[in-house]
Amino acid sequence: MKKVEAIIRKSKFSAVKKALHEIGINFFSYWDVTGLGNEKEGHVYRGVSYSTSDIQRRYISIVINDDFEEATIKAILDAGATGEVGDGKIFVSDISEVYRIRTREKGANTLK
Amino acid sequence: MELLTINNVWMMICTALVFFMHLGFALLEIGLTRQKNTLNILFKNTFIITIGLLLYCLVGFNLMYPGEFNGFFGFAGFGLDSPLNAEGALDLTYNEGYTYWTDFLFQGMFAATAATIVSGAVAERIKIGPFMIFTIIYVGLVYPIAGSWFWGGGFLKTMETPFYDFAGSTLVHSVGGWAALVAVCLLGARIGKYKDGKPQAIPGHNIPLATAGVLILWLGWFGFNGGSVLSAEPGATSLVLVTTCLAAAAGGVVCMLVSYLMYKNLDLTMFLNGILGGLVSITAGADLMTPTDAIIVGAIGGAIIVFAVSLIDKLKLDDPVGAIAVHLVCGMWGTLAVGVFGALAGGAQFVSQLIGIASYGLFSAAAAFIILFTLKKTMGIRVSEKEEIEGLDAHEHGMEAYPNFRMNEH
Repeated sequence: MKKVEAIIRKSKFSAVKKALHEIGINFFSYWDVTGLGNEKEGHVYRGVSYSTSDIQRRYISIVINDDFEEATIKAILDAGATGEVGDGKIFVSDISEVYRIRTREKGANTLK
Repeated sequence: MELLTINNVWMMICTALVFFMHLGFALLEIGLTRQKNTLNILFKNTFIITIGLLLYCLVGFNLMYPGEFNGFFGFAGFGLDSPLNAEGALDLTYNEGYTYWTDFLFQGMFAATAATIVSGAVAERIKIGPFMIFTIIYVGLVYPIAGSWFWGGGFLKTMETPFYDFAGSTLVHSVGGWAALVAVCLLGARIGKYKDGKPQAIPGHNIPLATAGVLILWLGWFGFNGGSVLSAEPGATSLVLVTTCLAAAAGGVVCMLVSYLMYKNLDLTMFLNGILGGLVSITAGADLMTPTDAIIVGAIGGAIIVFAVSLIDKLKLDDPVGAIAVHLVCGMWGTLAVGVFGALAGGAQFVSQLIGIASYGLFSAAAAFIILFTLKKTMGIRVSEKEEIEGLDAHEHGMEAYPNFRMNEH
């Protein structure tokens, strides 16, 4: 089992969600994050210009069976990209065990 | 009798509209400041309107309208004392525009405004206790004494060419604005406002609330200026509403355009300040101007805002909401405009306007300095660095304005 985590643009979230649905991934968690990056955003407030490197992104976390890994990553790469700096990153890691709390069962079946 | 009823109803509606302005001020102020100080700002604004009305009942009304007096200072006694007729009922011949009670409440709603203006300028760093003491003295004594000089029939009213301020560009807005200027000088800038001598942006946390605040203030101005006709006389009342609204619109549009030309961005907060600049500018002569005059006066007020905000920033005077630019600078401009545009325009009037501005400036600034300097030397007026960084809500009040929302760091 794998965990695929991705930091993506908020504006690309609905496209990524749709692409994941299309390959059969219907549950995952996400939250809004603020991070630092290479990108600078310029602003002007009451005549004073300033820039901030605080960047708002959405963080999604998906736990899947091994055979979904390739399709999941492809879906995010395709749906999440604009080609500009700041499209985000994907991290993949191994998951040693998964439990379903309601039924107490464990293993790959819990992810279906 | 029927006419008095109609007039009085209009004056009571205006009273309610001026009351509503206190919500406008509160929303504008929290919108243009940071999340961590929201509760503190709401607390100050709530305190101002409540204590303001009580003080106006106790001493303010009779200081501001003492009847016959020497023109500088008079006091007709504590509390309210309604005039009675021979049968012992309320004397309705008190005024053809309103009853005694309406007179008190309408004027009382105005009184608290002067301290509200200061609240915005000193936001995010003033200690709540000293601010409350300042409010009590300023609203209870300084504002009504200053008001008596013109509205109470004092020396500025009895001059050869009387000073003129229709609804309070000087009597309300500049009186508040001068205290704001003095307070900002004595307090110093917020931590992080200046870096290597250059002003930094500290963006407000809720622009929708700031927008609601300004539009509520505009609505309130229907009562502030409309009620200053002191009756529902159809010609004057409707003209005043037209000049007020046109000046607000012109102030907003011109401020938006000038700030776009200078900074190449469409800054809503400047647009909003421009509307207020237009409103404050027309307030001194709202009943004297033609619609065209009103547009010009408001437009100049809007342009002044852009330059005044930038100048005040460069002078290291940290005014988070632009109160000094809006209320003091545009208040002075609006007062001078009475000598330049409209029915009273002329050289002698212009000089009288200058005398009025100078009298109010000296008195308000000196009074504010004495109060705030004494507080600074005794209790201290500024919160600790730790408190300022962590927020006044947590330290002054032990509460949060948004307990279940994520706090953004600033």
